[in-house]
Amino acid sequence: MSEHYNFAYLDEQTKRMIRRAILKGVAVPGYQVPFASREMPMPYGWGTGGVQVTAACLTPEDQLKVIDQGADDTTNAVSIRKFFQKTAGVAVTERTTEASVIQTRHRIPETPLTEGQILVYQVPIPEPLRFLEPRETETRRMHALEEYGLMHVKLYEDIARNGAIATAYAYPVKVEGRYVMDPSPIPKFDNPKLSNSPALQLFGAGREQRIYAIPPYTQVISLDFEDHPFEASKAPHPCDLCGDEGSYLDEVITDDQGGRMFVCSDTDHCESRREAGHTGRLSPQEDAA
Amino acid sequence: MTETPLLKVEGITKTYAGRIGCKDVSFDLWPGEVMGIVGESGSGKSTLLSCLAGHLAPDTGRVVFDTRAEGPRDVLAMSEPERRMLARTDWAFVHQNPRDGLRMGVSAGGNVGERLMAVGARHYGNIRAEAIDWLGRVEIAADRVDDRPRQFSGGMQQRLQIARNLVTGPRLVFMDEPTGGLDVSVQARLLDLLRGLVREMGLSAVIVTHDLAVVRLLADRLMVMKGGDVVEQGLTDQVLDDPQHAYTQLLVSSVLQV
Amino acid sequence: MITVRNVAKEFTLHNQGGAVLPVMAGASLQVGPGECVGLIGASGAGKSTLMRMIWGNYRVDGGSIMVGETEVAGAEPRAVIALRRSTLGYVSQFLRVVPRVPTLEVVAEPLLSLGVPKDEALSRAGAMLARLNIPERLWSLSPTTFSGGEQQRVNIARGFIHTWPAMLLDEPTASLDAGNRAVVLDLIREAKARGAAILGIFHDEDARAQVCDRVVDVTGFGVAQ
Repeated sequence: MSEHYNFAYLDEQTKRMIRRAILKGVAVPGYQVPFASREMPMPYGWGTGGVQVTAACLTPEDQLKVIDQGADDTTNAVSIRKFFQKTAGVAVTERTTEASVIQTRHRIPETPLTEGQILVYQVPIPEPLRFLEPRETETRRMHALEEYGLMHVKLYEDIARNGAIATAYAYPVKVEGRYVMDPSPIPKFDNPKLSNSPALQLFGAGREQRIYAIPPYTQVISLDFEDHPFEASKAPHPCDLCGDEGSYLDEVITDDQGGRMFVCSDTDHCESRREAGHTGRLSPQEDAA
Repeated sequence: MTETPLLKVEGITKTYAGRIGCKDVSFDLWPGEVMGIVGESGSGKSTLLSCLAGHLAPDTGRVVFDTRAEGPRDVLAMSEPERRMLARTDWAFVHQNPRDGLRMGVSAGGNVGERLMAVGARHYGNIRAEAIDWLGRVEIAADRVDDRPRQFSGGMQQRLQIARNLVTGPRLVFMDEPTGGLDVSVQARLLDLLRGLVREMGLSAVIVTHDLAVVRLLADRLMVMKGGDVVEQGLTDQVLDDPQHAYTQLLVSSVLQV
Repeated sequence: MITVRNVAKEFTLHNQGGAVLPVMAGASLQVGPGECVGLIGASGAGKSTLMRMIWGNYRVDGGSIMVGETEVAGAEPRAVIALRRSTLGYVSQFLRVVPRVPTLEVVAEPLLSLGVPKDEALSRAGAMLARLNIPERLWSLSPTTFSGGEQQRVNIARGFIHTWPAMLLDEPTASLDAGNRAVVLDLIREAKARGAAILGIFHDEDARAQVCDRVVDVTGFGVAQ
C-alpha cells in the first residue's frame, strides 16, 4: 500500500459524503440519490462510479473481488483490483465465496451471494426512462409520481418490432413495488438474482453522479406483459469447459471456419467446477488410467 | 337541464409580470358541448387554455371539473399526481404541432397505447388491438401501426395525436389550433373526423383557434377574446351572424369570402 | 307551438360610428300545431330577420319568443342547441357543411345527433334523397360540388329527415323544377298532418296558396326609418 494516498484513494470527507448517499439509497430502495462524483484517476466508462462506492465501503479487513463481464482477468478488472491494492492495501481474491466486497461490471456471480457481502455495480446510465424521455426534470417527476407507463411503451416497441421483448441487458425492474430501476447492463439472465438477495447491492454512476441501492432481501420484479412474460434467457448450450447447463455463457469464435465454443462468463464459477472434476465438450481428454 | 356542468370556470386571471394574459374569465361548459375561443394573437386565448388545462397556474380563479369519482372539484387545488392522472384519463390535450403531442421516436401503436399502459394495461395483445382499432377510427391503415410518426404526413400525424388522446375515453378535450398548419383539404377531413368523434363519444371540447370557419363548423358556443378580456360569448352562429361587440363586428367583417 | 310576442330588434354598427338601426318592433304572431303560416312583406321588411330570431341566430332585443317550452329570447346557448336538436327544424336557403363530407351523412346528421343508430340514420337519409330525386351516385359526394338546385334539395332532405314539431322554411321551393317542387309541397303537407307547426317564407305565391293556412304581413312590424 502506498503511503502517499489516503486509505482507498478518496479523502475521508468525500467517503463520508458518499456513505450518506449510500445510506439514503438503502433507505429508499431503487431511488437514484445524487452525489458529488469526484474525478478519479481513470476515464469515465471504466467504472468511476463503482470505484467511488467501493472506496467508501472498504475497510482494511475486507477481501475484494473485481469482475468485468464475469471475468477476473480482463483489463478493467485487473486495473481496478490493482488500484485498490495500491491505494487501500486490501486483500484481493478471485473467489466469490471468499470476497466481502465485489465490484462488478455487467454480471452477477453465478455462486449465490450470502449475508454480509456487498456487490457494487458500475452503472453507465442510471435513468431507465432516459431513452424515451430526455428531460431530467420530467423523468424525476415521473419517478416521484410513479408514472411508469412509458417503461412499458419501451417494451411494447420491442415486441412490435421483434415479436418478443428483445431487451437482453439493462432490463428494467421495479424495486419493492415502488421505483423502476435500471439494473446496469447485466444480462437479463441475471435479473432474478437481484431479487431477495442476502447481499447488499449498491450501484454507482460516476459520470451521471447517481448512487442507488437494493438492500438485502428486497423484492425486485422484471417488468413485462401478461402475454409476453419476462424470461431469463441464455444461450441454449452447456459450458464447453465445465459442462454446466445453467450458467450464463460467452460465445467464443475459435477459427474462421465457423468454429465456436460456449464457456461460462463467470471465470471463478467455471474454474471451481473444473477443479471439482466437471468436464465439458472441449475439456482436455485425459487417458483412462 | 338540471345536470352539473362538466367544467365550471370562475374568474380566471393570469398576468405576466404585470401585463395581462387573460382577465376574469368565467364560463360553464356542459356535457357534449364544444366551445370555441377566438381572438387574434396576443388576445389571451392560449394563456386561458393553458390555465384551464393545468399547464399554467393562474393568479386567481377556479377550474371546477365534474370528476367521475368525487363530483365537482377544483382542479387547481388538486395535488399534482391527481391532476396528472386526470390529464391522462378524463382529459386530453391536442397540440397545434403534432410534434408537441406525439413521441416521434415511438411507433404509432406505441403512441396510442401509452395512455392505456399509463393507466395499468399490461396485456400486449389487447393494447395493440385497441391501438389498431383507434388508428382505424382516425382513418390510419392498420399496416401503419409499427411506423413512426415522422413517416406520416402532417394530417396523419394530427389524426394520430387525436387517437393517442382519445384512447382512454376522455370526457373533456382541449385543442389548441388543431387544424392550424394543415392544408385546407386536410383540415376539412380533420374537422369531419372531430365532429364525428365529438358526437359519438359525447365529448366536450374547448377549441382555441383564430379560424372563424373552423368554429362555425365545430363549435356550439363561441367566446371572443381581445386583450385578455372576453368581449362577447354565446351561441356560435349568433355571435358570428349578429355580433354585438365592436371588436367581434370587425373580426367577422374582416374574413375573406370565398 | 311558436309564439312571438312584441319582439324588437335593432342593429348597432360599431364600425360605422355606433349607428343604431332599429329594424323591428312589436312583432307578434302565433303558429299552432298542424298549422302552416306564411310570412309576407316586401323585400327588406324583416321576414328573414324574424325567422332568424326564432331560430336563435339573431339576438332578440325585446319581447318574447316561445318555441314549445323554450323561451328563445335571452336563452342560454345550450337551451338553443337542445331546441334545435329535437324541437325546431330549419330549412335555410344556404347549405353550410364541412367540405368533403358525403351527402348521405350530411342528411343523416340531425338523426345521428339525436342518437339514432348509424345504419338506420343512413338508410332514412337515403330514402329521403331518393324521394327528392338526388341520384344515388351523388350520395357519396360532398354537396358543396352540387348545382344550386341540388344543394337546395339536400338542404330540404336534411330539414325534413326528422319529425321536428316546429319548423322554419326559408324559400323551400326556390330554384326547384315542377317535379321536385311537388315533392317538397307533399313533405310540407305531411309535416302539417303529423302536427308540425310551420312558419315559412314563400315567394312562390302558388306554393304559398297550396300549403299556408294563413299569412302574416311583417310590414307592420317594421320600424319607420
